[in-house]
Amino acid sequence: MSTAEQDLSEAPLEEALRQQIAAVAQHAEYKRAAGLDALKVVQKRFGYVSDPHLAEVAALLEMTPAELDGVATFYNLIFRRPVGRHVILLCDSVACWVMGERAARAQIRERLGINPGETTADGRFTLLPIVCLGHCDHAPAMMVDEDQHGDLDAERLDAILDRYR
Amino acid sequence: MEKPLTALIQPDGKPLDVAGYERAGGYQALRKALTMAPEAITAEVKRSRLRGRGGGGFSTGRKWEAVPQGADAPRQRYLVVNADEMEPGSFKDRLLLEQTPHQMIESVIIGAFAIQAEIVYIFVRAEYVLAIDRLNRAVVEAEARGYLGANVLGSGFAVSVHVHASGGRYICGESSAMLTALEGRRPLPRARPPRSALSGLWGKPSVVNNVETMCNVPHIIERGADWFLGLSRCDDGGSKLYGFSGRVKRPGLWELPLGTPLNEILEEHAGGMQDGYECRAVLPGGASTAFVMSDSFDVAMDFTSVQKVGSSLGTGNIMALDHRRCPIGLLRNLEHFFAQESCGWCTPCRDGLPWVERILTAIEAGEGEPEDIETLSRHVTFLGPDFTFCDLAPGAMAPLGSGLKHFRAEFEQHISEKRCPWHDTAESWA
Repeated sequence: MSTAEQDLSEAPLEEALRQQIAAVAQHAEYKRAAGLDALKVVQKRFGYVSDPHLAEVAALLEMTPAELDGVATFYNLIFRRPVGRHVILLCDSVACWVMGERAARAQIRERLGINPGETTADGRFTLLPIVCLGHCDHAPAMMVDEDQHGDLDAERLDAILDRYR
Repeated sequence: MEKPLTALIQPDGKPLDVAGYERAGGYQALRKALTMAPEAITAEVKRSRLRGRGGGGFSTGRKWEAVPQGADAPRQRYLVVNADEMEPGSFKDRLLLEQTPHQMIESVIIGAFAIQAEIVYIFVRAEYVLAIDRLNRAVVEAEARGYLGANVLGSGFAVSVHVHASGGRYICGESSAMLTALEGRRPLPRARPPRSALSGLWGKPSVVNNVETMCNVPHIIERGADWFLGLSRCDDGGSKLYGFSGRVKRPGLWELPLGTPLNEILEEHAGGMQDGYECRAVLPGGASTAFVMSDSFDVAMDFTSVQKVGSSLGTGNIMALDHRRCPIGLLRNLEHFFAQESCGWCTPCRDGLPWVERILTAIEAGEGEPEDIETLSRHVTFLGPDFTFCDLAPGAMAPLGSGLKHFRAEFEQHISEKRCPWHDTAESWA
C-alpha cells in the first residue's frame, strides 16, 4: 500500500461512505445490528478498518469504539490491519490438511516468500489461514479475494497465483 | 428412490429462477400450508420425525411447538436459518443454498407461518459469496410474486426475509451465539434458560433451524408425514445429504435415505478409497464427531445407530483418515481449529483447548512425555459435557477422546520414539 493510500485509510470517511453506512443502519432493526455490515463497507473501500474509521463508524451507530472493536476483532474476516491487494484465504481445516494443505502452504512460502499472516513486500498478496471453506469435495481449497479455488495441486496453484496482479 | 431435496438441481449448475421453480411445482407447498392452521403444520412436521440436520438432531416439530402461541403471546417472533456452515468437513448446506435458493425461501415462509414469525434471517457465512448472491436474488423474485411481504398470497400473513452475511467465526453456528451476532454484539453463546423459543433475538421468541432441516419442510407439507417416514431406512424420517471427503475416488454429496450404511456410501457412492490408500477411520459428521473405526463401517448413518458405535451423525458429511496421514497430526489439526474458534468466554474452553493443542503439537514433533496422555485424558473429561458454557469444547473432545482410545499405540510410539513416523510426508501433495 502506498503512502497516499495509507493516509486515506486514516483520514475521515468520505461523505458517500458515511451515507452508505447510514443507509445500512436505517435498514437494521436497531442501529448496532448494522455494525458488521458497516465495517464491511469500510473494508471494501480500504481493504481494512483503521482505528479512526472504526471510531467513526461506532459514532454513526451510537456505540462506543470499544464495543464495535469487540465485534470487529471477533470476526476472522474483518481486518484491523492493512492487507495486500489480494487476500489468499488458504483452508487449514481437516479435509484440506489430509489432501495437501501443507504442501500448498509450503509452495506459497517458496514462491511468494510469505507465511500465514504476512504480506508480500510489493503489497500484492496477503496470506491468511481460514477455517473449512465447505469445499471439502474439492480439497485442498482456498479463496483469493471472493473467488473460490479447489482441487489445488502444484501446477494449478501456480496458475491461479499468476492471475492476480 | 426419491430425492426431494436435490430433485430440482439443474445439470448446468444454475438454479431455477422463480418461474422455473413454479413450473416444477415450487411454491405449491406454501399455497397448501397457507390453507392449514399453523399448529397443524407443526404437528405434521413433528409426526414426520424430521430431526435437525445441522448436527443436533433435535426434533424440528418439538422445537416449533415450544414457541408460545395465542393472542397474548409475545411478538414479534423470529425464524433464523443457520446457514453458517463451518463445521470442518461439511459442505452440504452450500449445495442447497447455491443450487436451490427458492426451495430455501419457500421453506422459511412455511416455517415462519407455522410459528407465526414475522421476520426471517438467513445467517450465511461470508465466504459463501455465490449463495448469498443467489439468495438475495431469490428474495427479490419472491417479493415480486407476492410470496413475501405484508400479505403473503392474499392470506393476511406478513413476513420478510433478510439475508445476513456473517464476518466469519465458527461459534456463530451455536444457535444462541447466532442470535447475539444478529444483534450486533460480540457473538458469545448465551446461558440457558431461558430457551431461545421464549427469549431469543432481541428478547423475543426465536427458532433457529439448519438449512437442510428447513429444506425438507415444503416436501413434508406437500406429500405428508407418512411419505416422509417412508423415505428413510430407520425410525426417523427423510432423506439425508451425505458427503464424503478425503482420499476417496469420488468425493462429493449424495441425497440418500436416512440410515444408509456407511460402507455403502463409501463404496457405492464415493467409489471407495483411491488406489494405494486404506481407510483407517472416519469422522462421520464433522470435526465434532468421534472417530468411527473401519471395523464399524457397517453402521447405518442415522442418529441412533451412529451413537451406538460411540459417535454421532453430526452433519453426515464423512471424512476419511487414510493410512498415509498421522492420526496425531490430524487431531492436532482439529484441536487447533477448536482452540482458535473458542469464543473465550468460559475458562475450561479458553485455556483448555490451547493446552491440548500445545501437547499434541509437542507429541507430533517428538517432544511428548509419557504423562501427556493422562493430561489429555483429563481434558477430555473436564472439557466434556456439563463443564463448559456451550457445546464447542465437548465437540472438540469427541475426536480426542476416541483418538486416545483407538490410536493409543500411535500416541505411545510418537512419545517413545521421539518422532512422528509420518513426518517425511508432511509437506507432500499426495
